[in-house]
Amino acid sequence: MAKVLLEMKNITKTFPGVKALDNVNLKVEEGEIHALVGENGAGKSTLMNVLSGVYPFGTYEGDIIYDGEVCQFQTIKDSEKKGIVIIHQELALVPQMTIGENMFLGNERGKKNAINWNETYSEADKYLKMVGLSESSRVLIKDIGTGKQQLVEIAKALAKQAKLLILDEPTSSLNETDSKALLDLMLEFKKQGMTMIIITHKLNEVVYVADKITVVRDGSTIETMDKHTTEIDEARIIKGMVGREITDRFPKRHDVVIGDVNLEVKDWTVHHPLYTERKVVDNVSMNVKKGEVVGIYGLMGAGRTELSMSIFGRSYGSDITGTLTINGKQVDLKNPREAIDAKLAYVTEDRKGNGLVLSNSIKVNTSLANMSGVSSKSVIDVDKEYQVAVEYKDKLKTKTPTVEQNVGNLSGGNQQKVLLAKWMFTDPDVLILDEPTRGIDVGAKYEIYCIINDLVSAGKSVIMISSELPEVIGMSDRIYIMNEGKFVGEMKAEDATQENIMACILKSGRGE
Amino acid sequence: MSNKLNLAVVLKKYTMVIALVLVFFFFYMSTGGKILYAQNINNLISQNAYVFVLAAGMLLCILTGGNIDLACGSVVCFVGGIGAVMMDKNINEWVAVLVMLIGGALVGAWQGFWIAYIKVPPFIATLAGMYAFRGLSNVVLQGFTVGIRNTNFLNVFGGGADCYIPDFLGGGAINMTCLVAGIVIAIVFVLSVVRNRISAKNKGYEVGPLYADIIRMVIISAVVIWVFYKLANYKGIPTSLIWIAVVLLIYAYITTKTTMGRYLYAVGGNEKATKLSGIDPRKVYFFAYINMGLMSGLAGILTIARATQAQPTFGQSYEMDAIAACFIGGASAYGGEGGIFGVVIGAVLMGVINQGMSIMGMEANYQKVVKGIVLLVAIIFDVMSNKKKK
Repeated sequence: MAKVLLEMKNITKTFPGVKALDNVNLKVEEGEIHALVGENGAGKSTLMNVLSGVYPFGTYEGDIIYDGEVCQFQTIKDSEKKGIVIIHQELALVPQMTIGENMFLGNERGKKNAINWNETYSEADKYLKMVGLSESSRVLIKDIGTGKQQLVEIAKALAKQAKLLILDEPTSSLNETDSKALLDLMLEFKKQGMTMIIITHKLNEVVYVADKITVVRDGSTIETMDKHTTEIDEARIIKGMVGREITDRFPKRHDVVIGDVNLEVKDWTVHHPLYTERKVVDNVSMNVKKGEVVGIYGLMGAGRTELSMSIFGRSYGSDITGTLTINGKQVDLKNPREAIDAKLAYVTEDRKGNGLVLSNSIKVNTSLANMSGVSSKSVIDVDKEYQVAVEYKDKLKTKTPTVEQNVGNLSGGNQQKVLLAKWMFTDPDVLILDEPTRGIDVGAKYEIYCIINDLVSAGKSVIMISSELPEVIGMSDRIYIMNEGKFVGEMKAEDATQENIMACILKSGRGE
Repeated sequence: MSNKLNLAVVLKKYTMVIALVLVFFFFYMSTGGKILYAQNINNLISQNAYVFVLAAGMLLCILTGGNIDLACGSVVCFVGGIGAVMMDKNINEWVAVLVMLIGGALVGAWQGFWIAYIKVPPFIATLAGMYAFRGLSNVVLQGFTVGIRNTNFLNVFGGGADCYIPDFLGGGAINMTCLVAGIVIAIVFVLSVVRNRISAKNKGYEVGPLYADIIRMVIISAVVIWVFYKLANYKGIPTSLIWIAVVLLIYAYITTKTTMGRYLYAVGGNEKATKLSGIDPRKVYFFAYINMGLMSGLAGILTIARATQAQPTFGQSYEMDAIAACFIGGASAYGGEGGIFGVVIGAVLMGVINQGMSIMGMEANYQKVVKGIVLLVAIIFDVMSNKKKK
């Protein structure tokens, strides 16, 4: 039995109104690779933030016992001093600085007011070699690829004398070769005695590197599996991940007739706007019929948002190829305005960033995408605008005293309704709903589902993107499964189960 | 309980109005009432005409995201110089006016193009313009002062000593036209409030409490009539007041009633969301800066008319006065918030402080210190109140 390096005991963390972690227990032994798996929002990242001191001692309940002593970290610096280093999903590197400068940022070599650059670069080179990078540490970060940037992050962690390395989705932005190299590097470190925790969605990676696997679901640890004592079964991990009960959370649709194809996409390929050689969406073909809800399931980073935004007037990506047909006519939508005129609507997943003007009222937000509907000769008909806002407020049951209320003051669910109202007012034939129920409570979710049903009853088409399996299965007529930029499966809702959808993703992840 | 809350909301909404009243009161006491002399009220308006006009243009730029135009002071001088030289060569005054306005708009288009389509940061693009157009002003004027003798031009745009609307009604000691105008404006205002209230009620909209409207009507009517009474006791309505009023009314309309006005707020509030709503933010930036150029042109006309000449040093730090008026008047330094009413309050507040300190005989250097502190306090207030919201 190896020594237990880290034990997190009965950790509970509450945010206003939400219990993010509920009595979580985690035990990590020295020299092992421990995988944390679970759906988006299950609480994995919150747990790691508690461990690394992002949420200081006192804001959570429970104990962290590390290296035999109880720790009370106030800041990230405290945990780093002990050798706990976390590498976040988004790279924290300054592109305009050299590798060496980045590696010792906030941890500079030399005296306080005199950086010793020779020492900086020679030490940086040493650590780069350890992660297998042959680049000089004087190269700028922006001149190396993402795969190498990820390795620099790891070298940076090593430079902090890490004993416990936490990697949050380290391969989410890497291609297959780079991912493999990174995982092999982890195994190499393990041989040298390093302890690591890896958070990942890719179960094939879990099976490849992990000694132990802990499943987190809805803020609780469900089970921990040991590769050396039990045969780790992917299906079993999946069951642990999604194994919640499905009750009647989805309203039934009655008498909806599915008609002709409304929107069709063929051989759609989109490249990353900055790294133009990277394909974000790879040769995707799909269609949606009148009166149909089509679900697109995929994990974060699968390319779902990128796909829909590129369809919506090329709002994302570069070098977009493929054909788009709406209502039997092939169209070329160059900007959002043309997309709106073609009766397309894209309801973003990022309400606050891409969707709403928080400092403006419900009324203003409702009319923003269709100003010509409430104005003539660019003069706003104030009465009409008010009536429209009230009409949608009543129709969608938005809870607010008045439509003059600023959207920033509303709850997430009500904000989502305002966003839906805005796009319904553009009178679209096809609505792309990107994570329409993210971050809103169960009651509001049900109301959003009812709105979706009303839309398809009126003969509209809905494309619903979601990373919640039960929601996709419960609401869709047909489901596309997306992974790493490609569509890897299509199934009818009645054939879909959580297990066979996850299996689709797994198979594609292994490159079969 | 609810009354108390309402009071807090009212206080927050009208902070700057209250500050203005307090500042007035302070100077009333410390100047022995001189600040309220008819002549001083008159000067407050005509000396600050350029601030109102430039600040109206500046507001649109600031709404799009806290963007400012540092060049407008130089553009005022440049455009004014062109006009003065043209009139000096006996070119028709209306041709000169048209050239000045179009010239201003073209300068705005030049800057707007770089800002909107090439994504040059507004600070840099207009800093470049600030240098360039100051230099060009000198070139146009060849370094000299050019006088303006065109009486038509001076009469229309409030030039020299004779810059008042003539008294048609012949009231003798008191300018009757002015007094009547004040009363008519107050009546029109009251009628429009009443009409709005009735039509809103008829359509079933929610209306605010009646007493609030009444208080508002009484205060604003009283202020308007009082100001015009004061002006009537001096020489009547300064011509520049007409121009200020026209500009402010047009901009109040643009910002509240037109789609372009709406887009200005939306781009400043959330550019990405606006873009995804099918609105091209580049056109919005471009519009804001063309418009700023046009207002610089008008301010140039008013400036040379008032001075009856153009000098290469005119318009210096005008841009700062306009920016300060907007921010003091509650425009958000992050964009998306602000309005013409606030700009008026901000410009008057700056003017009162200037004038009050001058009457008190305070040294010009210290006056700048005080203005700086006022601006800082106003911005701190904006930042703090935004923080609390989060």
